[in-house]
Amino acid sequence: MLGILVLLAIAAASVWAIVDNAKLYFTTLLNALTLASLYFLVASGFTLVFGLMRNVNLAHGSLYLFGAYIGWMVGDRSGSWVLAVLAGFLSAAIVGLVLQLLVFRHMQGQDLRQTLVTIGVSIVLADVMLWIWGAEIYTFDPPGWIYGSTALPLVQKFPTYRIAVFVMAVAIGLALWWFLARTRVGMMIRAGVDDRGMLAASGVDVQKVFALTFAIGAGLAGLAGVVGGSALSISPGEDTRYLLASLVVVIVGGMGSVGGAAIGALLIGLAEQFGLAYAPTYSVVFTFVIMVLALAFKPRGLMGRAA
Amino acid sequence: MSAARWRRAMNTGAARTSHLPATKGRANVRLVGLPPHPVVVPGDSRGRRTLALLVTPRYLVVLIALLVYPLIASPFFTYQIGAQSLGLGLIALSLTFLGGYGGMVSLAQMTVAGIAGYLVAIFGTSSAAAISLGWAWPVAVLFAVAIATLAATAIGWLSVRTEGIYTIMITLAIGVAFFYLAQQNYTLFNGFQGFNKVFAPSIGGLDFREAVPFYYLALGCALAGYFLVRLLVRAPFGLALQGIRDNPRRMNSLGFAVTAHRVAAYAVAGLMAAIGGVLMVWYNNRISPGTLNTGAMINILIIAVLGGMRHPIGAFLGAIVFVLLQNFAIDLVDRERFNLVIGGVFLAIVLFSPDGLLGLWALVRARLGRGRPLHSNPRRQRS
Amino acid sequence: MTTTNTWWTRAALGAAAALALGGAAQAQETLKIGLLATLEGPFAAPGQDGMRGADLALKQKNGMAGGKKIEFVKVSSDATPDKAVSATRKAVEQDKVPIMIGPLSGDEGIAVKNYAKTQPGVTFINGSSGAQGATLVDPAPNFYRFNTEGAQWMVGLGEHALAKGYKKVYLVAEDYGFPYSQVQGFMASYCAKGGKVVDKAWVPLGTKDYASVIAKVPKDIDALLVVLGGSDAVNFLTQYEQAGGDKPMIGGSITVDQTVLNFKGKRRESLLGTASAGPMADSIDTAEWKKFVADYKANFKDGFPSPSLFAYLYYINTKAALDALDTVKGDLGNGQKAYRDALQKTNFNGPAGPIKIDENRNAVGTTYITEVTKAPDGSFYNKVVRSVPDISETLGLSDAEFKKMGLGSRDVPDCRK
Repeated sequence: MLGILVLLAIAAASVWAIVDNAKLYFTTLLNALTLASLYFLVASGFTLVFGLMRNVNLAHGSLYLFGAYIGWMVGDRSGSWVLAVLAGFLSAAIVGLVLQLLVFRHMQGQDLRQTLVTIGVSIVLADVMLWIWGAEIYTFDPPGWIYGSTALPLVQKFPTYRIAVFVMAVAIGLALWWFLARTRVGMMIRAGVDDRGMLAASGVDVQKVFALTFAIGAGLAGLAGVVGGSALSISPGEDTRYLLASLVVVIVGGMGSVGGAAIGALLIGLAEQFGLAYAPTYSVVFTFVIMVLALAFKPRGLMGRAA
Repeated sequence: MSAARWRRAMNTGAARTSHLPATKGRANVRLVGLPPHPVVVPGDSRGRRTLALLVTPRYLVVLIALLVYPLIASPFFTYQIGAQSLGLGLIALSLTFLGGYGGMVSLAQMTVAGIAGYLVAIFGTSSAAAISLGWAWPVAVLFAVAIATLAATAIGWLSVRTEGIYTIMITLAIGVAFFYLAQQNYTLFNGFQGFNKVFAPSIGGLDFREAVPFYYLALGCALAGYFLVRLLVRAPFGLALQGIRDNPRRMNSLGFAVTAHRVAAYAVAGLMAAIGGVLMVWYNNRISPGTLNTGAMINILIIAVLGGMRHPIGAFLGAIVFVLLQNFAIDLVDRERFNLVIGGVFLAIVLFSPDGLLGLWALVRARLGRGRPLHSNPRRQRS
Repeated sequence: MTTTNTWWTRAALGAAAALALGGAAQAQETLKIGLLATLEGPFAAPGQDGMRGADLALKQKNGMAGGKKIEFVKVSSDATPDKAVSATRKAVEQDKVPIMIGPLSGDEGIAVKNYAKTQPGVTFINGSSGAQGATLVDPAPNFYRFNTEGAQWMVGLGEHALAKGYKKVYLVAEDYGFPYSQVQGFMASYCAKGGKVVDKAWVPLGTKDYASVIAKVPKDIDALLVVLGGSDAVNFLTQYEQAGGDKPMIGGSITVDQTVLNFKGKRRESLLGTASAGPMADSIDTAEWKKFVADYKANFKDGFPSPSLFAYLYYINTKAALDALDTVKGDLGNGQKAYRDALQKTNFNGPAGPIKIDENRNAVGTTYITEVTKAPDGSFYNKVVRSVPDISETLGLSDAEFKKMGLGSRDVPDCRK
């Protein structure tokens, strides 16, 4: 009932906005979709890690930044943006693996302790990265064919790169879904979500599965770092920003659900861009108010399942 | 057994046996979360027990040390180290109470403190003459604390259905939302620059802007908070709260109003945080969105965990260590790397001693063979 | 008995702790000067460069001033005013510095100025804070600023914009005090001479995604006035180009400065030609400036290719502090009266123009109008087009006119139609 009312209100507001300035409305809509894609990329790793291991990894933002820096160095040396993306993925995956083996393995089930440890790790990592790479702004150099602007109906010029991000997010989202739903490893992961003990009893090396999942989740953060850094540059402070964004997306969408992460990202992207376009002063507050309301009404996220 | 009888049984049972060390051979029936330091003589009346709480040798020593501290310390140490630790410690104490004894780790305690601080600036006098109402300070403080406590209750009501990590998330979101609201709004919160020249009052001839009087003010508030928590956790409310922390379903079936207890816990914690917030705004003589940003919210968590959430004194221990690190790490380490020091210390404590400094202290005592052995009760090792 | 032993051990430990915490007195043989900059968070790069500027000023004097050896007590903040005051308090009350230099950012400056009022025996000199409120509103008698502030930095840019034919501009700026001052400085003469600022888009500080803001830019304007800093500026400029934007841009003082022009990545050709203004520029053609740049490069191999705004500002403030010490031969007695008189009489040729202050202890100085140009080696720099001397806090208006305008804010000044 409430949902229908909300949808009606949004529809009415949309009609008014289109009549007022159609170009702005559709540009904002597209911007929101593409921003949502970026948020989805970042948050997908987080949701994967929490979904299986109930591991709260608040160093996720640091992994994003770390992957971006390493990706930048590789891209700078080799001149290839694709290599940079791969390097971002791999470097973050390795750090994630190390974290899992050294830290998380000994803290299964201790939510609060994991939270605190990862907060500590993120503070330490942030300062180390500041030490190594300084406080300058780094931007990437994607290949020319996905850079520049495209002509689109209604909105005229639109940045090509943002469309590329959208395509990438859809591709990775589908790949992730296929991985979880259709491969053996994915099956093990999903079984582990439901019953870890049974999974171990059926002969699967649960620790290996955990390590692999964490590595993938972390790697996704690093990949998002390069992709996001190409759209919106890299500098210290990005780690907190994307951590908060991932948290909001995943909480609103429900932890452990790839579809939920997509919905959460969409909601947040829409809220942020439309807020910035039509009510810039308080746009940032909207995002977090949505998160608060979502959690207040659905304490485990909009699509979350009970533990 | 009716709820009332159960409560009575819990209360007297705890009081009678909580003090006995295990070495004496009696069954160590102790409720989780009660302070490990025995101060109660069996069979005494409530009043004498409470008094005994206050006048043991250890407490006297610490109390005298705290009272005498400003006389031997420099004004800088009294103010920036001493008073700041007490103020921050009070806010962290609210988190220890809520998280340690209530099982609800809320990152919004600094937000509540910030709300109280902002309201003191808005209701009282400040540099933003267009916004501040200029009320007399007792009225301003009273309204600020009251409204901040109400806000804490609202936050509690919003967060009450969440558990564990979700509570952390929702309180973090509330805190960040309020931060952006304060930063963007100029009519009420004066946006990015906030309020300057929010001064502590003068009462009689005593100017609380001076280091020593302010220290004693902070000390008084901190002691009040400390003893409030100590007494509250032994009272029926506190015991019920700990029961709810451990097993809400069972408590519900016993007839306790779980949600009401939790929200009430948020309110009590909010009251302490609000008073801490008033102290901090008087300490800084200003408040701005930077006072309650994400970093500040997490700092309170760091302080509470650093000291240890098993006993109220942990909050103040953590605050002292944190303030010392913040001020002097820059002298010990290469100037730019002190964030690494603070983060590293925090990480070390959380990795190796989940109960913070108090846990370390208990370990040391156990190793040296003195005092009570460590509890095998796994709840003792809760994060 | 065990209990008594325990009791005594604890008492002893406690007493030791108390003594340690009490803070022992420190003997001073050298003269300590406090130095505050932001070394944490996103302003860390400007902060580091600011400290380099101060270090350079001291190095040029061989580490001595007023006959004493000078030692900097360096403290850091994270751009929040609370931390700035905390750090200042530590330097002043714990390390007992008689002179304090800093802070870096605008609102920190106001907070430190307020703190300065509680420490009348200590002299506070600005680092690089450019907030008008630090000296215009409720000034502190012991707070000195030898650099011009944010509004002064933009005076003259308005006329330059009109000269280039930009009669209607649209503003994109961060929503806080420093941009308010900058916009006021620009509009003070721009509006008076017939320019129109069609609308103002104030974006929350830290916005990274400007897509929607860019979508709202009207079509019938002549130029964009962009007052963003650091990574916000880089993001906006990149995204504007990607979105197919083609309007020329006028930048604020930190929108196209060294930290922005030096971002690690491909230089965007669209930046070329952007006009800006500030208290200094990379390409000032005087002997003093060239010497300053050469000294900076020689001493700091890990610094920027050319000293940034913050290095320059910290440099002139520190140099003024040290020069005055030389003038009074290190005499800080009598409530530092002689020293403060010397500060008030400061008048030397800094790298980017004369350094002197008015009766509010705020600088009266030169502003340089610049345009982004490509150097022969491919890097970008700001080329000086014009310099406007002797700008005071009233921004070229009379005292009465300025008072009527008031301090810059979201809606002040306003000239839409």
